Amino acid sequence: MIETRGVSKRYGDTLVVDDVSLSIPKGGFTSIIGPNGAGKSTLLSMISRLTPMNAGSVVVDGMDVTRTPGNVLARRLSILRQDNQTSLRLSVRDLVAFGRFPHSGGRLTAEDLRHVDEAMEYLQLHEYRDRPIDELSGGQRQRAYVAMVMCQDTDYVLLDEPLNNIDMRFAVDMMQLLRRAADEKGKTVVVVLHDINFASCYSDHIIAMRRGRPVYQGAPEQIIRDEVLRDLYEMDIRVHEVNGQRICVYFRMG
Amino acid sequence: MTDSRFSPPRASRAGALWLLLLLVLVLVLAVCSLNVGASRLNLLNVLTADPDDRVSKILFASRLPRTLALILAGAALAVAGAILQMMARNRLVDTSTTGPMAAAALGMLVLAIALPDGLPLWARFLLVSGFAAGGILLFLGVLQRIPLRSALIVPLVGLIIAGVVHAGSGLIAHHFDLSQSLRAWNSGDFSAVLRGRYELLWVAAGLTLAAMLLADRFTVIGMGRDFAVNIGVNYGLLMAIGVALVAMIVGSVVVTAGVIPFIGLVAPNVVRVLTGDNLRRAVPMIALLGAAILLAADLLGRLLIHPYEVPSSNLLSIAGCVVFLAVLLHGRKQWS
Repeated sequence: MIETRGVSKRYGDTLVVDDVSLSIPKGGFTSIIGPNGAGKSTLLSMISRLTPMNAGSVVVDGMDVTRTPGNVLARRLSILRQDNQTSLRLSVRDLVAFGRFPHSGGRLTAEDLRHVDEAMEYLQLHEYRDRPIDELSGGQRQRAYVAMVMCQDTDYVLLDEPLNNIDMRFAVDMMQLLRRAADEKGKTVVVVLHDINFASCYSDHIIAMRRGRPVYQGAPEQIIRDEVLRDLYEMDIRVHEVNGQRICVYFRMG
Repeated sequence: MTDSRFSPPRASRAGALWLLLLLVLVLVLAVCSLNVGASRLNLLNVLTADPDDRVSKILFASRLPRTLALILAGAALAVAGAILQMMARNRLVDTSTTGPMAAAALGMLVLAIALPDGLPLWARFLLVSGFAAGGILLFLGVLQRIPLRSALIVPLVGLIIAGVVHAGSGLIAHHFDLSQSLRAWNSGDFSAVLRGRYELLWVAAGLTLAAMLLADRFTVIGMGRDFAVNIGVNYGLLMAIGVALVAMIVGSVVVTAGVIPFIGLVAPNVVRVLTGDNLRRAVPMIALLGAAILLAADLLGRLLIHPYEVPSSNLLSIAGCVVFLAVLLHGRKQWS
């Protein structure tokens, strides 16, 4: 379980995350949604100890993330942020293999190689294995990074906007993959998502944030509703049931 | 392991070939370096002659120390350049173009002014390395405070810092009538290297070895802080180790031979084309290429106006500028 206790983050005079206390259950698929500037990404990066917090604490399975040694935490929790820019010339396989670093410190064992191959297979990267990542398209590179995080094989997998830069087909593949990681491998997947329809169709649990605070939490049926979304995004959103899925329509109202 | 997927990829086999070629190149250049000088000598004579004759004396007192110094310094500077590039996350920088070398030269100047009677070698080495570390921290510190880090801004910031330090040293040197000494430190060469005057470079060799052992971690550093923290690498510690390694390599070379420019820029950029940026594979090649470049520059400097010498740093400056421009033009899509 991930627990945040009174977590705050301030940039200058702006309170980006405001005294957030919440818990994310172990197992399953949790989405964090909300308008721009709600503090979703900042909260995710504080949970994963990438950004120091101004107040509060985060505990993952009883471990305080700011006090647990980095390499211990790296075997339990992985984080992929947006904008993974690099000018380094690394092959896809080398990048994915870095996911095994917390387990073997760079000396890959047969077990590590199995994980590397499995992750590349999962994300259909085998044909690009020797390609330098700086020569890939944005979507291919995003898949390579996700493969690296999957290869890290942690109980908790945190992703910030993993659908950025990738087309619909790979977006669906990616969400199905993450769903499977939760269902078959018992991973706890926490994803910041902009596309509320993906959040609606794939999540077990949704956290809706606005202005630095979680304002709604619950199962998709409780969150993906006209009145909740109107309040959250301050715009008209109609929820329709299509093939048993709750789909939000907001493209052209009136 | 029989599964063909586990066999090493083609890239690493090509890498082994390049490594072998570079090794042969360094050996050939080293033999040439032993053979070239003001006095003629035939290496084969050494095997037969007694150890006290003129040939052996020249060889063991001058030629061999000089050749070893070139190999050790070239390899160390090239690796220091590669580490600095990872720490700055930019491949257009080198210790000679961002401040560390200029700061080390300033350190030599301050030592000459404050302690004209001289200090033991190890103390000079530590003090000059301290100045070099200051240069690195200044550069990295300024980079951190620049919000928009376009790939081209980074080397420019480095050049400005190096220029300011350089100019400051010039002013101080002028005031204390040490301009000539400063000029000598700033255009490094290995003509004064004899037995007993290069051994500090074995420290640089040790540091190069340490960098090889940490190669994976420095690659991770080059992927950025978030990447490093996610896979459990202690980013702050590694940065501190990197600063210390680079500073001590620069310190040992500047104390021994003076400022040697551009090797740390040229070698990693050439190796990058051959085998990519994974330092585990690249560092041995970077070290060998750095040694080869410095051997070649020194050899050329000895041959151009034989029996006189052109400082190898002058030749490296010319070659370095050409490579720098080539890298800029080659990657212009990425810089814009």
